Amino acid sequence: MSSATLYDKVWDLHRVAELPGGSTQLFIGLHLIHEVTSPQAFAALKDLGLAMARPERTVATVDHIVPTTNQARPFADPLAEQMLATLEANCAEHGISLHGLGSGRQGIVHVIAPELGLTQPGMTVACGDSHTSTHGAFGAIAFGIGTSQVRDVLASQSLAMNKLKVRRIWVDGQLQRGVYAKDLVLHVIRRLGVKGGVGYAYEFAGPAIAALSMEERMTLCNMAIEGGARCGYVNPDQVTFDYLQGRPHAPSGEAWARAVAWWSSLASGTEAVFDDEVRFDAGAIAPTVTWGITPGQGIGVDEAVPTLEQTAPEERPLAEEAYRYMDLQPGSAIAGTPVDVCFIGSCTNGRLSDLRAAAAVASGRQVAAGIKAFVVPGSEQVAAAAQAEGLDRVFVAAGFEWREPGCSMCLAMNPDRLEGRQISASSSNRNFKGRQGSASGRTLLMSPAMVAAAAVTGQVTDVRTLLP
Amino acid sequence: MTTPAFPAGPIRNHRGRGIAVVGADIDTDRIIPARYLKCVTFNDLAVGAFADDRAERAGEHPFDRPEHQQASVLVVNSNFGCGSSREHAPQALMRWGIRALVGESFAEIFFGNCLALGIPCLSAEPSVVAALQEAIAADPAAELWLDLEVLEVELESEFAGVNRWPVHLDPGPHRMLVSGQWDATSQLLANAAALDATATRLPYLQQFAQAA
Repeated sequence: MSSATLYDKVWDLHRVAELPGGSTQLFIGLHLIHEVTSPQAFAALKDLGLAMARPERTVATVDHIVPTTNQARPFADPLAEQMLATLEANCAEHGISLHGLGSGRQGIVHVIAPELGLTQPGMTVACGDSHTSTHGAFGAIAFGIGTSQVRDVLASQSLAMNKLKVRRIWVDGQLQRGVYAKDLVLHVIRRLGVKGGVGYAYEFAGPAIAALSMEERMTLCNMAIEGGARCGYVNPDQVTFDYLQGRPHAPSGEAWARAVAWWSSLASGTEAVFDDEVRFDAGAIAPTVTWGITPGQGIGVDEAVPTLEQTAPEERPLAEEAYRYMDLQPGSAIAGTPVDVCFIGSCTNGRLSDLRAAAAVASGRQVAAGIKAFVVPGSEQVAAAAQAEGLDRVFVAAGFEWREPGCSMCLAMNPDRLEGRQISASSSNRNFKGRQGSASGRTLLMSPAMVAAAAVTGQVTDVRTLLP
Repeated sequence: MTTPAFPAGPIRNHRGRGIAVVGADIDTDRIIPARYLKCVTFNDLAVGAFADDRAERAGEHPFDRPEHQQASVLVVNSNFGCGSSREHAPQALMRWGIRALVGESFAEIFFGNCLALGIPCLSAEPSVVAALQEAIAADPAAELWLDLEVLEVELESEFAGVNRWPVHLDPGPHRMLVSGQWDATSQLLANAAALDATATRLPYLQQFAQAA
């Protein structure tokens, strides 16, 4: 059983009581909500005649259903309009801070909470969205919840939870040029599997992790859930503190030094005990691309789609299903696979450094004929920062569309979606069947720089060959 | 078909016909595609259950087959319900008629969402799941008896007689279901004083005044 890890310390600090049913009541420090998974929770609260326990600890934005072309109200889609209007009414009724469209602070919930300094080390963070694991990048214990649990947090600022085991994922070395946090996490999931993390929190540590920026750490923790781990985290360090200092909700003045001292005390120390440890060498990781229908079906861009013989027996039925669905031949190279649509954005890779990496590839090149390529900044702040340094113009000059912030084609609850059997190069997080809005649409997951490389060549391309 | 009442109170057992959805890593986008999430209530979600898979199989998906229309026990393989945290997935299954699942393993958030609705997700050895799936295919009218108190599944069919296998449920969720305490809200509200005490010791809620 783990002890003295950051997970253990934060868990103990937020433990309210042991519940009669056998689970632990855990205080939730930060609750984030959006328009898709909250309306039924507010309705349940009303049905039960309950008030919100601590409305000041819930923060809202709108992201999943917003169009990325025309965001004028009312939306063209009446269902989308109804969902946003419902969120607005619920926030007004309960006194919840809502970062709406045009506020300058709207965006994907997992992008805006960090950039506003809402997410801080040592917090418990919950949101009705599985990619809440993103916030673990700050040394928070952050996890996705369902709508019944959203109701519970609204009513009590707490949840009934069972403690996880802790697996340390130790990464030595450093990532090669052209290899990013996205490649690292796709590689980890490839090796440990999409169910390898069930029952675990993943602690990412080691020299390669320490060298990552906060935005890269967010990409890494974002996809812990794709490996089955409900939360992933990185111990807070100077990189974390430098990112937070000066942000709107970060502590300031005399509180800052006290905060840093407390945050520093939370990190897993040398005395920490883990339930499990796995080691990786960052230097051995190539740009990674998925070829199948789960995020675990990934390979280096210089590899071939694995054959059945190369696949573990228990994984073979899924591999066969993936060959059929993706229409890819086992044993054939993934590089050179033609694509139709190129999407840069999402809570995984819609931040400023992601757009910079993609723009560096797009700059001075042209989107290949017949390819639809578009860039969706993760937030209004990301959009403003990217425009201030001219990234939007780089993309537009190269033939990409520059869009308004939102979840966009990651999950296609908005007008952005694949048509028919189109195949996308996507910087998002899920390549499930039908995920991007067409029941037969196909998704190849990769880093934003790799998506840009696919856009300008029209096919899956090793981005390292395009870098100066 | 009238949908039976939603779960309430202690969940000690369940009797019902089985329905098998075969395959590993069936994610919640497949259980209910995102377009069905454009709603402000869960009431009408039954139609979205496995919607794309059903369309693809044009009437041959188990959820469309006439012999499974009365089924209430869904038998699945490993890592069922992975991906998105959408409670719409178990809500859609529940509104279609599912009251319990038996599978090789379940994704964590999906398991918790089912628990919050009073729907047990019982895990079983792959050989047991395979036997159940075969038995359901051979005799869709056969009834499964799930005994949560002793953690067994029993299947009585015309062809194979009575078979009984062990199933697993972690002690916490097990106790919550059989005691009827799976709906956590009232338990959480009962500890207001302890909750306030916890908030008081959290440095980030106290301007870090109690920091180390």
